[in-house]
Amino acid sequence: MTIDTADGVEAVGVAPAADPGFLQRHGTTIEYILIPGAALVGALAVFGVFVALFGKNPLDLYFYMYQGAFGTWFSWQNTLTRAAPLILTALCTALPAQLGMVIIGGEGALLIGALAATGAALALPSMPPLVVQLAMVCAGMIGGGLWIMLSGGLRQYRGVNETISSLLLVYIALAILNHLVEGVMRDPASLNKPSTREIGAANMIGSIPGTDVHWGLVFGLIAAVASYILIYHTVFGFAARVAGGNIRAAKIVGLGVGKLIMTICFLAGASAGLAGMVEVAAVQGRTNANLAAGYGFTGILVAFLARQNPLAIIPVAVLLGGISASGGLLQRRLGLPDASVQVLQGIIFAFVLASDALYGRIGFLKGKS
Amino acid sequence: MDFGRISRRHLLQGGAALTLGSALGARSALAADTTIGFIYVGSRDDYGYNQAHAQGAAALKKMSGLKIVEEEKVAETDAVEKTMESMINLDGATLLFPTSFGYYNPHMIKMANKFPKLHFEHCGGLWSEKDPTNAGSYFGYIDEAQYISGIVAGYTSKTGKLGFVAAKPIPQVLRNINAFTLGARLANPKATTQVIFTGDWSMPVKEAEATNSLIDQGVDVLTCHVDGPKTMVENAARRGAMVCGYHVNQSPLAPKAYLTGAEWNWEALYPKFVKMIAAGESIPNFYRGGLKEEIVKVSPYGEAVSAEARKHADDVKAKLTAGDYTIFKGPITDNKGKAVIASGTDRGQKDPELEKMDYLVEGVIGATS
Repeated sequence: MTIDTADGVEAVGVAPAADPGFLQRHGTTIEYILIPGAALVGALAVFGVFVALFGKNPLDLYFYMYQGAFGTWFSWQNTLTRAAPLILTALCTALPAQLGMVIIGGEGALLIGALAATGAALALPSMPPLVVQLAMVCAGMIGGGLWIMLSGGLRQYRGVNETISSLLLVYIALAILNHLVEGVMRDPASLNKPSTREIGAANMIGSIPGTDVHWGLVFGLIAAVASYILIYHTVFGFAARVAGGNIRAAKIVGLGVGKLIMTICFLAGASAGLAGMVEVAAVQGRTNANLAAGYGFTGILVAFLARQNPLAIIPVAVLLGGISASGGLLQRRLGLPDASVQVLQGIIFAFVLASDALYGRIGFLKGKS
Repeated sequence: MDFGRISRRHLLQGGAALTLGSALGARSALAADTTIGFIYVGSRDDYGYNQAHAQGAAALKKMSGLKIVEEEKVAETDAVEKTMESMINLDGATLLFPTSFGYYNPHMIKMANKFPKLHFEHCGGLWSEKDPTNAGSYFGYIDEAQYISGIVAGYTSKTGKLGFVAAKPIPQVLRNINAFTLGARLANPKATTQVIFTGDWSMPVKEAEATNSLIDQGVDVLTCHVDGPKTMVENAARRGAMVCGYHVNQSPLAPKAYLTGAEWNWEALYPKFVKMIAAGESIPNFYRGGLKEEIVKVSPYGEAVSAEARKHADDVKAKLTAGDYTIFKGPITDNKGKAVIASGTDRGQKDPELEKMDYLVEGVIGATS
């Protein structure tokens, strides 16, 4: 969407006499909707063929996918519940991407955020719930933020590739979590499933009134919109995008690249850490190995499908939430294995990446030049 | 055979009612009398924990008037809550079997409170008075079958060194290791069991490494307690070692190396549960049993098992099946020399102390932490 203005200027600049039609004026915006949409339809068509090869009716497939993801009010809530953590973990990849960094360690920040949030709640046993919840939010965000800052710092000051370091830090985070949960933080009563003590029913943040969807969805929406404003409508965001475009040019014009990297990495980790806090405070009620459910890794997929745009993350997360929500119905009604959902995700990913080549090449959307 | 049908209003809410879909959806939902949902944490053909439950579900499929819906690879997060709700809302399930340990609290408890008219049966949980009465937990004393495996292993091993690939040092696993070792020492008082903990329920790479490392140390009979014994069984057989199986019968994977194994007998228990409900009886909320109650069983002996071993094992099995044999009978010392069960103390299978086991008996090489 950023290139929107650039293209517009170009179109007007090159052919000032011609009055560009609606399609031409909004060409780039339309492209951003049309191309991923077409990629999605293409992926679904290929998946239909794949399913047909196994002797299942593709029309049944589409119907059940629709029914399981969006067909009933229950399905909608199912979809949104699954989308909530994905919005937050996707931001963990999308924000550093503005700086040209590929961070894939959102899962680690989520786990550390969950641990920190649980620690905060357990350290404040007799405080009013609102205080505990605020402390959990802060602890989760700081914990996750510092975790991804480690990757950012290693990249900026030690020259370590941030993709590798953030991925490896996931395993370290999981080891720390297991170590604490099976060691000093273990609730002695959790015999066969080592867990921390529960944070207490009063401290749970509960659901959005009238729904089953927890507050993580609202946190995710706020974080996504705030990130969008930060990146596209502030000087800080502009500086980040300049540094992402050409880091040497950014240094020459005097931008503090190190500070940008550390700040963005902190914010990225903070949103994944918040996802971890929500998993504890809205779902599990305590920390144990169940938290490593892969939300951090699915978030990477969401961020790439959304082309690292914080606002586009929202519909993409809902879409992937819907695919995962409908996966159960595909298993139950069509007898497809669980892996079929991963196949579909893979096909969508391949189509969206391939469709990148189409931007700026659709004739009827371009101005005459 | 109707367990109290829930309203299908949920199905009609939302968009599906307005689309071509509703007719199709309603038709399939009304097709069977009673719908039972099974939820697995892993793949249902894993030759292990999940397959054992799937075999139980398959036994129900043979009964008339039942419709079985299954979903595999469901994470121990709110995903399982949504899967249960989806089975209830979209499939009309009235009895649910969420079979993984981590599904119990808070997830299944939450659903049992939300749907008080439906039945929930959980494998492995510890139901207590504060839990809802429409929820139940069942489990088997599979250490009885491990004890028999131990006897067979003790006779078969030439080196007297047995190996145990274990997931985590939690009470259920320790109890199996200890029972296996106590059984082996009936046959060969000098036998030792070297244990390796992999750290998690499904770690195929570590399981293979542990298997190889045990065999390198001279171990010639192995068993395990992980979700999928397939890796251990196949690797051990390839290296020329003998194996005792776990969860289900793995003899098809290694016909020559398979001695015997500790198996679940869900295909006997689940039809029993359904018949009890149909007859209007209530299933005890806390349901336990071993060989006597037909909740666990021992795999048929492989060709490598000697006549002497068969005789001894059959003899103990008969006593366990009759219910007049105690495995954890004092004096028992742990592998650090401390007396854990005093002389003259019999810890019968239902003794709650055994549920808190945190030691390895004499003869086990390894540590719980």
